[in-house]
Amino acid sequence: MTTMTIAKAINEGLRATLNNNPRSLLMGEDIGALGGVYRVTDGLIAEFGADRVVDTPLAESGIIGTAIGLSLRGYQPVCEIQFDGFVFPGFNQITTQLAKMHSRSNGNLTVPVVIRIPYGGGIGSIEHHSESPEALFAHTAGLRIITPSNPHDAYWMIQQAVDCQDPVIVFEPKRRYWLKGEVDTETPGASADPFKAHVLREGTDATVVVYGPLVPVALAAAEAAAEDGHSVEVIDLRSISPIDFDTVTASVQKTGRLIVAHEAPTFGGIGGEIAARISERAFHSLEAPVIRVGGFHMPYPVAKVEEDYLPDIDRILEALDRALAY
Amino acid sequence: MGATHLPSTEFDGTGMDDQLEAEAEAQLGAPAEPMVQLLAPDGTLGSDPVFSKYAEKLDPATLRGFYADMAKIRRFDVEATALQRQGQLALWVPLTGQEAAQIGSGRASQPQDYIFPTYREHGVALTRNVDLAELLRQFRGVSNGGWNPKDTNFHLYTLVLAAQTPHAVGYAMGIQRDQKLAAANAVAGGEAGQAVEPNAAVMVYFGDGASSEGDVHESMVFASSYQAPVVFFCQNNHWAISVPSSVQTRIPLANRAKGYGFPGIRVDGNDVIAVHAVTEWALEQAREGNGPVLIEAFTYRVGAHTTADDPTKYRESAEESLWRAKDPLERLEKYLRAEGLADDAFFNQVKADGDELAAYVRKTTYDLETPDIRTAFANTYVEAHPLVAEELAWFEEYSAGFADTETGQAKSDPAQAEQRDRAAQ
Repeated sequence: MTTMTIAKAINEGLRATLNNNPRSLLMGEDIGALGGVYRVTDGLIAEFGADRVVDTPLAESGIIGTAIGLSLRGYQPVCEIQFDGFVFPGFNQITTQLAKMHSRSNGNLTVPVVIRIPYGGGIGSIEHHSESPEALFAHTAGLRIITPSNPHDAYWMIQQAVDCQDPVIVFEPKRRYWLKGEVDTETPGASADPFKAHVLREGTDATVVVYGPLVPVALAAAEAAAEDGHSVEVIDLRSISPIDFDTVTASVQKTGRLIVAHEAPTFGGIGGEIAARISERAFHSLEAPVIRVGGFHMPYPVAKVEEDYLPDIDRILEALDRALAY
Repeated sequence: MGATHLPSTEFDGTGMDDQLEAEAEAQLGAPAEPMVQLLAPDGTLGSDPVFSKYAEKLDPATLRGFYADMAKIRRFDVEATALQRQGQLALWVPLTGQEAAQIGSGRASQPQDYIFPTYREHGVALTRNVDLAELLRQFRGVSNGGWNPKDTNFHLYTLVLAAQTPHAVGYAMGIQRDQKLAAANAVAGGEAGQAVEPNAAVMVYFGDGASSEGDVHESMVFASSYQAPVVFFCQNNHWAISVPSSVQTRIPLANRAKGYGFPGIRVDGNDVIAVHAVTEWALEQAREGNGPVLIEAFTYRVGAHTTADDPTKYRESAEESLWRAKDPLERLEKYLRAEGLADDAFFNQVKADGDELAAYVRKTTYDLETPDIRTAFANTYVEAHPLVAEELAWFEEYSAGFADTETGQAKSDPAQAEQRDRAAQ
């Protein structure tokens, strides 16, 4: 066990990938000498050279598109998109090309490209630097989407993403890059399957499903609720596509109440998908409607008011009160 | 380059070229780009200081092969158009007029090269030995691909314009890495006598319309920065559906290469010998590590954009006539006959072979099997996926219900009804 930040854990995970997999390489803007704007790739170019840690031209479609070509030649590129809001120039390549290549080739071709995207708000940044566009990608069949919430998962999930033969987008909770935690670099243990949700805290009165940056918020809300005598179960979804509905269903069958929280706007979001599925799977277990907590239907607001936009402990507790009122 | 090039105004004697060219020059405010041409429309072979040596290597059998390929793919085009008109294909994308650009470039590639087409490169597909009946799968609506690119190094058609151009550059970047790995392994192993893989290059096709897409720009930046072994082959067929190439560019497309820092050559796209020569040179450049090349094949889409298009709404038939006078097959036929390289027997045989191909394609099209949607479930992901599995399971049960209805057993079988109720619960 080693203590490290999420950023360092991803760095170590990438280092392990580059060491273990000679066909893997990293691509992105400023990921070489600078080590990325968040220093996630710090030191890797010195260790592995410019052919495997590639500073690319400033062009997201070009990054994803050339990564697809490299993967067709048998390479396994890991692309860094600098910020969530800057993935859109590459959106066409991701959704019309990367996601469909295996299907449209009748299974003859595989494109195991990994795309890392720092996402989410709470860092007081300027426009386009705080967004949570995961639902736009989750809606696209052919992609897998995972998001770590702690250093141990971060270390293993990036390696598991590279090992996966499908394209995988790894959304990295940027405001948690400096969150420290224990990492077992010997074995993933319970994190062996990146597409499985984790029950982080058991409870009996309600289930709160979260992922990525909101995991610590939900755990704190559960702690606060416990002081009020409410037993809240917290699930870290970990994978947004596919979603581990079995784990969520089992929890709701026990607690009878479900709250889904994410930074992304609730409309058309992951929370709505979970609500719909759970209403089908556990209709008779539900004591209350599934309640969503999330961003509003507006462009991500300016930094000075983002606290009013982002779900926090109180917003989750308010939703809990509403659920318990039924 | 140092090559002398014939201006396009010398193409024919109708005078219409001069008029068009004058209009173009007035619009551009600059002379039209010189163009590599070896075989003139009247069937006479000219010379070029750089490219004639490639033409001189072509033996009579190869030249006859160029003609046979062009005739074959034109016959195929006619048949596919007919199949669409008869409701056997959802859509067809005709290539007539562009045979020289496609056969000349395709025949210049080597088996180890990898080709990324757009969606009109049926002629290139022929040169890569793609089964032309397989190629119709996509247009019959039974596949989004149709062939396995690994068999022929001819990638699937890409319908999102220019999206394949960065794929080509990435593939070329992969070739560069393979070469370095192979070199490192050879040094490490000290195996001097071991057979070395031949150098490979990538060629990617796109059109004058797609040249406006950002992906072309990004691809050329990447290719130039990394000196990737890729040839950008732009067929300027003058029309992006209804919009003329003058809307896509104010300068000759080949000139754009200079801005990226690699050579750009405009070639007479209806001259199969010149196209072959220029492409062979460009692929050599790429394979030898000299970086990318842009080729602009100046040609013309004589027919419609697709079978859903109506060119009479946006262009003059006189313009089409002008280009028919530059026909790629006719000029090679003139040359072959004048030089005594082919006789009536040859041309009759070519026609018979074309008819045989057409009959084969027609029959095979009728026989193309409609896939089971279960294959779409199976191919969405490589690895097991719970949502796909769940939806497939639902679909199976749903479909089974219809089967029951058809046999009249659905409502009369209490055991099955009970099972459905349980499932519903």
